[in-house]
Amino acid sequence: MSIPIPPAGPSTTPGASVALDDKDLEGGLSLWQGAFRRLRRSPTAWCGAVIVALFVVVAAAAPLLTSYQPGSTQWAGDVTTTEIPGPSADHWLGLDRYGSDLWTQLVYGARQSLLYGVISTVLGLAVGATLGALAGGFGAVGGRFGTVVDATIMRLVDIMLAVPSLLLAVSIAAMLGQSGTAVVIAIGAAQVPVFARLLRGSMLAQGKADYVLAANALGLRRSRIVMSHMLPNSMGPTIVQATLNLATAIIEVAALSYLGLGAPDPAIAEWGRMLVAAQDRFDDAARLAILPGVAIAITALGFTLFGEALRESLDPRTRR
Amino acid sequence: MATAGVRSFRACVAGIAAGSLVLVGCADSERGEGDDRNTFVFAGSEAPKTLDPFYASDGETFRVTRQLYEGLVGTNPGEVTPAPLLAESWEQSEDGLSYEFELKSGVTFHDGTPFDAEAVCANFDRWYNTPENQQTDDKAYYYGKLFRGFATGPTADAAIYGGCTADAETTATVTLTSPFAGFIAALSLPAFSMQSPTALEEYQDDAADNVLTTDYSTQHPTGTGPFQFGAWDQGSGEVRLERYDDYWGDVAQVDEAIIVQIESPRGRADALRNGEIDGFDLVGPADVAPLQDDGYQIENRDPFNILYLGFNQAQEPFGDIRVRQAIAHAIDKEAVIAASMPEGTLPADQFVPELVMGYADDVTQYEYDPELAEQLLAEAGATGATITFNYPTNISRPYMPQPEDTFNAIRSQLEAVGLVVEPVSNEWNDYIPQVQATEDHGIHLLGWTGDYDDTDNFLGVFFGQRSQEFGFDDPALFEEIAAPRSLPSPEEQEPLYQQVNRDVMDLLPGVPIASPVPSLAFAPEVDGYQTSPVQDEVWNNVTVGE
Amino acid sequence: MLRFVVRRLLLLVPVLIGLSVLLFAWVRALPGDPARSLLGERATDAGVERINEVYGFDRPLVEQYVSYVGALLRGDFGTSIQTGRPVTESFIDYFPATIELAVTALLFAVVIGVPLGYLAARHQGRWLDTTVVTGSLLGVVTPVFFLAILLKLVFANWLGWLPTGLRQDPRIDATHVTNFYVLDGFLTQEWDAAFNAMAHLVLPAIALGTIPLAIIVRITRAAVADVLNEDYVRTAHAKGLTAATISRRHVLRNALLPVVTTIGLQAGLLLSGAVLTETVFSFNGIGSYLFTAITRRDYPVLQGFILFIALLYCLINLLVDVVYGLIDPRVRAA
Repeated sequence: MSIPIPPAGPSTTPGASVALDDKDLEGGLSLWQGAFRRLRRSPTAWCGAVIVALFVVVAAAAPLLTSYQPGSTQWAGDVTTTEIPGPSADHWLGLDRYGSDLWTQLVYGARQSLLYGVISTVLGLAVGATLGALAGGFGAVGGRFGTVVDATIMRLVDIMLAVPSLLLAVSIAAMLGQSGTAVVIAIGAAQVPVFARLLRGSMLAQGKADYVLAANALGLRRSRIVMSHMLPNSMGPTIVQATLNLATAIIEVAALSYLGLGAPDPAIAEWGRMLVAAQDRFDDAARLAILPGVAIAITALGFTLFGEALRESLDPRTRR
Repeated sequence: MATAGVRSFRACVAGIAAGSLVLVGCADSERGEGDDRNTFVFAGSEAPKTLDPFYASDGETFRVTRQLYEGLVGTNPGEVTPAPLLAESWEQSEDGLSYEFELKSGVTFHDGTPFDAEAVCANFDRWYNTPENQQTDDKAYYYGKLFRGFATGPTADAAIYGGCTADAETTATVTLTSPFAGFIAALSLPAFSMQSPTALEEYQDDAADNVLTTDYSTQHPTGTGPFQFGAWDQGSGEVRLERYDDYWGDVAQVDEAIIVQIESPRGRADALRNGEIDGFDLVGPADVAPLQDDGYQIENRDPFNILYLGFNQAQEPFGDIRVRQAIAHAIDKEAVIAASMPEGTLPADQFVPELVMGYADDVTQYEYDPELAEQLLAEAGATGATITFNYPTNISRPYMPQPEDTFNAIRSQLEAVGLVVEPVSNEWNDYIPQVQATEDHGIHLLGWTGDYDDTDNFLGVFFGQRSQEFGFDDPALFEEIAAPRSLPSPEEQEPLYQQVNRDVMDLLPGVPIASPVPSLAFAPEVDGYQTSPVQDEVWNNVTVGE
Repeated sequence: MLRFVVRRLLLLVPVLIGLSVLLFAWVRALPGDPARSLLGERATDAGVERINEVYGFDRPLVEQYVSYVGALLRGDFGTSIQTGRPVTESFIDYFPATIELAVTALLFAVVIGVPLGYLAARHQGRWLDTTVVTGSLLGVVTPVFFLAILLKLVFANWLGWLPTGLRQDPRIDATHVTNFYVLDGFLTQEWDAAFNAMAHLVLPAIALGTIPLAIIVRITRAAVADVLNEDYVRTAHAKGLTAATISRRHVLRNALLPVVTTIGLQAGLLLSGAVLTETVFSFNGIGSYLFTAITRRDYPVLQGFILFIALLYCLINLLVDVVYGLIDPRVRAA
């Protein structure tokens, strides 16, 4: 589910060219430098950043954190239908249902989530932003051709939006087959409409901004205006959206695993798969479900906190 | 100082909390009370497809229709051997082409019409005259398979049904055009239940576009069984059956039987613990011990199924018998069973379960011997070979309750002898085509639940002809399996089938793993449930409480 | 207003047509074999061939699409491989269960979310506010199926306060008129049936409604905070109107607008959440049926249900837009 996480604070209008804060102007700071300064002062940002950093470190340094290989089911013989070995000297979190070391699975699972999450978001961003920018750019420029391009692209986006995004992702993944790539493409595709709308809105709104009219009057080529001015101004909200989407992408990867889509090996370290496998072994091993679930939630939380803080820091109207 | 807002918020919270307590109280109070009606609530895993068993082949449909209908032949309680039911006795002619049935007298269908020889012939003729659009295997599967053909359509020439005559009110003779040793045993299948011709005439439309949703199939099933139809709520899948007071045998002890569907084994166990059901089928292996510890009853059926690891000999290196033998020796069946199947499951050593006629005591055994396995692999030049291992996900079959766990256990054993395993999983509806209709699979897990006591029901299905599932062509074996079919009686067939089992285990087209013990669970106050390996389980003697 | 509605409905048509083409192409492009899937382990080559003949699975693709569309227009969305029943019928049968659940979840989210968000905005920066914002963040990031599993484990399995599954205790011989079990209980005055159904709704509704709850809390808080900072509120305050009057008259009405807009979004969340939640509670509705269809690859059901859900989703969004237009006169004029 691409949950566009709404701000809890006063609203920002996406797409409006972000005016500079008085304070920043006085100090001679650019938009980004000002945002960064505000970011550093925000406790939410720090919380989020710490969690994200932890997640990335664990994902990257996985081989250093555990000596076992992920998905290695060499202890499958120790697992029976009535007992799954718990924490012990060799396995400090115990085994999982398929005979892998639970700690190893968790740690390498971070890697999978990061990989899947980042790639799918980047994919969605690339395709969605391009579509949206095209639609918005042409739409802003106007004329018969421009409106047609805008309308066609938006109709396509509408078709994608006709179905709730999880189900859209599910259909695409089911079509592409049982693999990790299918999951990534599916989740990326489900994010395209969000980015498309964002960019289009931003471009359209900016089309009316004074500086664009001025640049146009000055004779600057349209493509130059778009590339050098309009697009960079849309960066802020886009990055915020990408960060927030990364959070939901991580959750969606888990959801798709829950529905049986994704790579075929049951022992592959991925938090969503671990949750699925843990369901009917609650009585003897609740930790099999609780640990991955909490991991998913905390990681998504980290990205969300950071994205929230980023959004607030880019919006000069927030003064609290 | 609490503002008005905060105060009303607190009031809200208090109100919700109070309301919840009331709900919880009400939910609880229903469970303790006894109801006026004595009911038996049973949970299956899926909703029945139809209530006309002639067009069905799935266990959940049969679970319900076994209460509503009976056939000429039944089974001995708890066994697979045929026993008289609506037919008190029968006589088979020397050449096996004619069977004379003496029927029970005084039996009526639920709609009051009499069960007699005319009704029997009406049923046999109806089956033979199935319209072409229902002759496919997803509808009239059993008739097509066992009687080989229908009156019309491409199979008309192969049909073995000769005809039926009502000699007297309680005597009917059925003739065949070719001997069929399994005829009597086949008549114990629910698909061949006796249905009321009057009701069929009035409500059923055999030529309908969707015969599963006709009036008869959903609202007016009419048989002679101890329960009659009450209601079928399509929204929840719940079927309600009422006691049939004019039943010829032991009248049902409970007033009402309710069948609900709960898809997950865990969900069924929870519902039992909750008191919302009295019993359920297909207990998950991990739930058996906890339920027993908590005082619930676990009943096991004698296994009548087989789980095997099949080889695709069309793919290297499985064409080499040494590789197949090596894999057979690499598998520790006890460990696989411990990891994924209910307690009490025994390992299998051939492709039919022990109860089936034709089971041979002296087939070649393949003991768990990893060293021998490695040696054989080396001889075949397949040490460290990469093999594809296909298995299904998100499905639970009676012969394979937890495929992922079974796969995992076997995989680790194969890896322990140096093989490299490449897993390929599919959802069930994709898995079947993948392993049965393409050459693109290596070793795979599959199995079979027997329908009735006939080796051909197992071996014929697996190895009766060349198949893409096993990828080999052995005309001598196919002949050997086909030969007994034309013999008139099971006694003559038995030695031949035993030989087939021995030969199959030498050729080793696959490794039989186990016959999992399917179990049922019941509340402590339930009594009188008779299990049957072929699920011929009628609930007229079940009591709940007291 | 009428022109607006009609225009939107007309726009719906090409979208749904496009969707149906894509879905058809998608299913036919898949590997796999509908005939073999139908037969399962019982498939034989001869049997498969016969089915292909009788059901027309081997006809050319264009011919199949034409008959597919013809069937669609007649309301025939195909037959499930799993159950053999028409997809349309199954959808109608399971529909009330999911609607009942979704409405309950939405009620839960709104009834608790709006007051919470409002209070948080009124007391910005204080502990109530911080707790609410943190809680809402946690609510948004917790995967809905994980929450469902946890809730069931704690409240149903361990504590035994609530039922673990189903919609109603089978022993209560309840009369079902509309298939909305709670409503039926009230209509037929079978109070035990109604309360029993309600008890079974509690955990699933909470699980399903938590994300919408979190979102509504955040939106309400943002909208209320926005309005509170507006000049005219400050003016009213300066004029001496009490806080209570200000809140009731000005703030709430303006804050409700964004909540209404997102109800359309919530519908999508509720529908997709239902697929992940219902199975945990053996709650037999569209969600669990679709869950089984997805995991078993019951393609006709997938095709049909996704089309239905798309239609439903679009209609709900249209309805929301109309309501929004009614509330906010500025939109109507546009």
